[in-house]
Amino acid sequence: MKNENKISLAKYIYAFVVTLLIFSTTLFVGNYFNSKKIDEVKNIESKIAIDILASETQFNLLTELACDSIKESSFSQELGSLDERLKYMESHFDTNDEEFINLKKYYSVLEIKDFLLFKKFSLRCPQAPTSILYFYSNTCPSCESQGFVLTQLRQTYPQLRVYSFDLDLDLPVIKTLASIYKIETDLPALVIKEKTTTGFQSLESFNDLFQKYKIDTKL
Amino acid sequence: MLLGQTNIITYILVFVSLYFEVFLLITFFEKIKETKEEEKHLIYRFKTATIIVPVFNEEKTIFKTVDSLLNLNYPKDKYRIIIVDDGSQDQTWNTIQQFKNHPQIDIYHKENGGKWTALNFAIEKATTEIIGCLDADSFVDSEALRRIVSYFEDTETMAVTPAVKIYQPDNLLRQLQCNEYNLGVFNKKMFGHLGAINITPGPFSFFRREVFEKIGPFRHAHNTEDMEIAMRLQKNGYKIVNAHQALVYTVGPKKYRDLYKQRLRWVYGYFKNLIDYRQMIFKKKHGNLGLFFLPASILMLLAAFYYTVTVVLGFGEFIYEKILLFRAVGWHWKPVWHFDWFYFNTDSVIFFSLLMLGLTIIVTILGIKLSENRFSFNWHMLYFPLIYPIMSIVWLSKAVYNVLTARKPTWR
Repeated sequence: MKNENKISLAKYIYAFVVTLLIFSTTLFVGNYFNSKKIDEVKNIESKIAIDILASETQFNLLTELACDSIKESSFSQELGSLDERLKYMESHFDTNDEEFINLKKYYSVLEIKDFLLFKKFSLRCPQAPTSILYFYSNTCPSCESQGFVLTQLRQTYPQLRVYSFDLDLDLPVIKTLASIYKIETDLPALVIKEKTTTGFQSLESFNDLFQKYKIDTKL
Repeated sequence: MLLGQTNIITYILVFVSLYFEVFLLITFFEKIKETKEEEKHLIYRFKTATIIVPVFNEEKTIFKTVDSLLNLNYPKDKYRIIIVDDGSQDQTWNTIQQFKNHPQIDIYHKENGGKWTALNFAIEKATTEIIGCLDADSFVDSEALRRIVSYFEDTETMAVTPAVKIYQPDNLLRQLQCNEYNLGVFNKKMFGHLGAINITPGPFSFFRREVFEKIGPFRHAHNTEDMEIAMRLQKNGYKIVNAHQALVYTVGPKKYRDLYKQRLRWVYGYFKNLIDYRQMIFKKKHGNLGLFFLPASILMLLAAFYYTVTVVLGFGEFIYEKILLFRAVGWHWKPVWHFDWFYFNTDSVIFFSLLMLGLTIIVTILGIKLSENRFSFNWHMLYFPLIYPIMSIVWLSKAVYNVLTARKPTWR
């Protein structure tokens, strides 16, 4: 009358193998899409690198020429979109992943290069649009809000060049850039027209700053 | 390799839940022929049966319950109904007087002592080969008893459980329960095949009378006597099978508060009985139940907790971000909807969720197929797997809290 309570080891193993197959396929699908995203970011980065190299060369070629022969459009237009993508990845990917950190580092270096080039251009040509340096860290409480404000600002004034730098990144060149503008731990920090402002800046205070520095946002 | 922002715990819980589902699905395909054979419901001899209807303040539904029993397609001289009024305070006793002279029905009144005492009271009086029970909030399909009895043709079978369905799911909460019960039909059938049934539900489970003679009557068992008796049967190596086409309809709680109370009692009882029978866990002697299902059920509970915490935290984070955004830029911010695949969430977790959602829907459909022999799909199946775990977490947490602080939930 006793129940035999048969346990089929083969079935347990078979079910395990099937589960493992489904499990790894699903994992693979997720990773496939994520690596596609990494590839896309890499593509944008190499495009920006080419853009920078091209404008640098153009700049050297035309040193003697007038400002209007170098259009604002000769600068890379993709930094904003790359910034957005990296921000998205930051909230969905493992931020300690080496591949991701490298993408971010490369992005930061490209930004600095672009910034230096742009600075050279705006020194010579006064009608050049404004650039903003933005320093943040993941531990700073109001940095997320500051990021939202800058994204909004970017949408309102497409000519504005915003360069954002994560001070948590272990990258000496960012530290150097920060030290030039005497930025230490007081974050978020912004550099507009070579002047450093620390603490959260709302949209209104940006308008005040623009007025103060006589920045024509229409350019 | 990128794994996304998920950790090892997620992967382990997902793997175990997936393994559990795969195991049941393999069992399903393995047993298709056997199941079809069962569906012939062959009976060589109609066994004598007693159906106990314990009632407590159920004057409204008792008539319908008894009526459904009297309409059973089963020889009238082969089954009796014993109605036990467990000290009702309303008109129940007066209501059941109408059955006083019915040739198939005996009515008794006793001091209130709880459902298990009412069952034992009637078991004492029963003389039939098999004994079953039907709660006064449930109704049986006319074929139910025949189908149950056909499983007792196997002399090893000591208990048979039915397929429990929700009676007229007329609101959202009942639709959710309806889905849950359909899913349960599938799971319980597979548990039956695997010798791993751990509950013989109050509505229409049947036992051979000698079961009670050998292993004793029902116990209080933390107000879940139907779980305890099943565990006791399993512990003694008695065979429990599931009659997946013996349909019983039960009235599901209409309000969340009542559902919460019911589930709190179930889950609390489940934990307490599991603690009482903990020696069965990981014992090879107790087959699939001890080795896999009991441990897995604990892990699945953990998974439900984990899922809920993740969803709630994720939602909280989302809201927090939106508030930050609003405070930073106000309503200037206009959502730009760019159809860029880059911004679709493609973490593995999303695909795992879709996979589990799909499997749950398939299993629910199979539950309906098994019990009613028809394929059916409704939109309630789509959101059920998403919100049910979150709903259940409320009573799960409370039950765990009560177990830890030794507080007993009440019946009603």
